[in-house]
Amino acid sequence: MFKKDLPVAPKQKLKSSVQRSLRNSLLATYPLLTPYIDEIMPKKGSLESMKLPDRNTLYVLDSVPLFYQQDGSDLLPHLKLVHRFPQAFPSIRIDRGAIRFVLSGATLMAPGLTSKGGRLPVEGAKPLEEGKEMEQGIVEDGRWSRELAKGEPVVIMAEGKEEACAVGILVAGTDEVKAKGKGPVVEDAHFLGDGLWCLHA
Amino acid sequence: MADTEQPEAPVELQSRNVVYCGVCTLPPEYCEYGGTVKKCQEWLEKNQPAMYERIWSPEALEAAASSLSIDAQKRAAKDAQKKAAKAEAAEQKQATKLATSVVTIKRIERNKKKFVTAVIGLEAFGLDLKKVAKDFGKKFATGSSVTKLPSGGEEIVVQGDVSDELEEFILEKYKDVPEDNIEFVDDKKKK
Repeated sequence: MFKKDLPVAPKQKLKSSVQRSLRNSLLATYPLLTPYIDEIMPKKGSLESMKLPDRNTLYVLDSVPLFYQQDGSDLLPHLKLVHRFPQAFPSIRIDRGAIRFVLSGATLMAPGLTSKGGRLPVEGAKPLEEGKEMEQGIVEDGRWSRELAKGEPVVIMAEGKEEACAVGILVAGTDEVKAKGKGPVVEDAHFLGDGLWCLHA
Repeated sequence: MADTEQPEAPVELQSRNVVYCGVCTLPPEYCEYGGTVKKCQEWLEKNQPAMYERIWSPEALEAAASSLSIDAQKRAAKDAQKKAAKAEAAEQKQATKLATSVVTIKRIERNKKKFVTAVIGLEAFGLDLKKVAKDFGKKFATGSSVTKLPSGGEEIVVQGDVSDELEEFILEKYKDVPEDNIEFVDDKKKK
């Protein structure tokens, strides 16, 4: 999504009511962030927003980018935020061969996940159940404990690396990926070294 | 990109503090994909020796290589080479651009004894014209503004004939601008 370098736009301070609603929607999307929310968005802090091309909005706190959003869709975390709280975001893992493609902005394809180095959620995992949002996490060997549905935001880790390398929205559910084993999985991701990463807020 | 660590880190146990490479800004384990591997390695060795040991030690490299097929490895190596060449070319281009871009200081006659001084081309040196204009205004205690040129681009217009002092000021304040690249033009009003 941000293959090109982004122009620096002026920042605008957000009203506290907007901040509050953002905080709520952030928690709704990422329930696992609940213990850290005061650290990410202190109640006193002044959150700012920055308009980016393609109707994207970036939210910045004290010139540290936190997350971005495309035109009313789900909030996606900036990779620097993911690096700070890696355990709070649902993740999948790609094999080593796929890293260089993802880092040059390619669409993530299923074989990068189904191969030996890739990690999809555990076998026989269930989809998200009502009221059990807090009971998910990484179980054995980098696999997430539940199936991730289509349209869910996901963090992409990499084989042999500690840090996440991309963030995006699933265009195919993880159960579908397991069944089919081909086709795109994450399109238009925000990856390490892209325009959003290089942006100096 | 001098900041190597996350600029803000409230001292709480939960937030992790990730070190980023000072050259390519990626986490050091991803440096190999950044196109400036050599420089990244040097930087890491100097600034984070422990991490350098972990990532670039022979064992680690071997482990990384073993998980890929030979064919894929070759392709990856080729790709990395291409990327490095690209990064180098971009750097060189930037350097030549810096060396060839000229700053023009123009004295424009407005009304017989009244002048304005226009400065064109400072943006090539990565300067923010608006801020520079403000500095000029402060230094010379005159009006100073950024105006659009009809040919596209922007210039800084300072009120009054300050061309000589302006050159000194630029050289002193913005070290990136080489002295030889500053050029004077005198624009007389036509009768």
